[in-house]
Amino acid sequence: MKRTALYDDHARLGAKLVPFGGFEMPVQYSSILREHDAVRHRAGLFDLSHMGQFWLTGDMVAPWADTLTTNAVGTMKPMQARYNLFCNPEGGTHDDTIFYRLENRWLLVVNASNADKMWEHLNANRPQSGVELENQHGKSSLVAIQGPRSVAMLQPHVDVDLGALKYYFCVEGRVDGVPATIARTGYTGEDGFELFLSNDAAPAIWNALLEKHRSEGLEPCGLGARDVLRLEAGMPLYGHELTEAITPVQAGLKWAVKTAKPDFLGKEALERQIEGDDFARIAGVVMDGRIPARDGYPVWHDGRVVGSIRSGSIAPSLDNKNIATALVEKAAATEGARLEIEIRGTKHEATVVSLPFYKRAK
Amino acid sequence: MAQPEDLLYSKEHEWVKLDGENATIGITDYAQESLGDIVYVELPKVGREIEQFFNVGVIESVKAVSDLFTPMSGKVVEINEALDGDPAAVNREPYGAGWLFKLKLSDLDEAKSLLNAADYEKTTAG
Repeated sequence: MKRTALYDDHARLGAKLVPFGGFEMPVQYSSILREHDAVRHRAGLFDLSHMGQFWLTGDMVAPWADTLTTNAVGTMKPMQARYNLFCNPEGGTHDDTIFYRLENRWLLVVNASNADKMWEHLNANRPQSGVELENQHGKSSLVAIQGPRSVAMLQPHVDVDLGALKYYFCVEGRVDGVPATIARTGYTGEDGFELFLSNDAAPAIWNALLEKHRSEGLEPCGLGARDVLRLEAGMPLYGHELTEAITPVQAGLKWAVKTAKPDFLGKEALERQIEGDDFARIAGVVMDGRIPARDGYPVWHDGRVVGSIRSGSIAPSLDNKNIATALVEKAAATEGARLEIEIRGTKHEATVVSLPFYKRAK
Repeated sequence: MAQPEDLLYSKEHEWVKLDGENATIGITDYAQESLGDIVYVELPKVGREIEQFFNVGVIESVKAVSDLFTPMSGKVVEINEALDGDPAAVNREPYGAGWLFKLKLSDLDEAKSLLNAADYEKTTAG
């Protein structure tokens, strides 16, 4: 099992560690609900160094990447970040990722659990010239600060004006004097930043942020809180709302599928799917009662099974209602549709709602 | 938290408070700490006869569903209905307001198969 550069700090902070994507990662420090509350109302600090970071260089990166991804790469502005997906020929999802167009290279961040698969995929499809790939998985760190107080807490540590940094853009700067790529991106539904750092620099910055801002409510947060936050914000998690068998179109990500691009892996299948409009899709579900829906539970509609739950959790930002995503037939996915979720042999009523469940006040 | 001395414990991390032919059942501090934030508790129905060490319900935390076992046999005479609106009481006060159910015991001898506080403490060490 691999460890991030912050492993000793997690252990010292009393984190519960679990295997995730090949790394021993903190699932929680104090309590998932307490950490969730910090991110929604103050700020939380996350170690995301388990995620795969690939560096892409060369003149051909953008045109080449555009043949493998559903969203546009070539139209990205300097220092812009963009959500993007890689598909298989059937349109199923290889991975969901973020591209960052930096000054002299591209940074591609992939899911930890897909990092090896994606590294092989990129290399198998690499052109003979014009694209160099460097695998930084485990060699570079990623620390995120997320929450409404993140600008105020991070600003004293950096030499750039964070207020001027737009959502889904990044900047090369220094954090406590150390070079870092600072991106206004995240996976929580709140404002916040992701700091790409060297492994050597990560522990000092992690500890400085926590020590200086803990009294203002900054909490170290684990993957447990992150999962609740992303689900409330309607963001997919690979392995749940997206898999090799679930396409971005089914997951409600048609906005990130640019069928106007000349050609890309999976395009034909995705176009056919959009055209036919008769596919199982991800729907937002709110349980009527207090029983939580969980991954895998059967979903009933009009007296028969129409799909299954893909993610579920209590939602502190929605008065502790139980929310879930379900992959269900089209007729059962319309807003307001009544569903029954089968839990340990008993059916429990639920309603389809539009995603996201939670949207922060701007 | 030290284990209360006046309780008996199962290896599955439930506690029993004996009171003549009756008993109150809950989960230990170690169990609630391992589970994390508890969000839902499903208890056996009042009137049901349940058998020692069998699965009689579930306890759900934010992340996981865990089986609940009964440390003794008997008839369920009361359940902690307050947990429906406040399952987090199990986290806050596992030996108090977070109790789970009460039994009219069918076999008092079963208590011999349970652990005292000191022996239970050893099972959770390390």
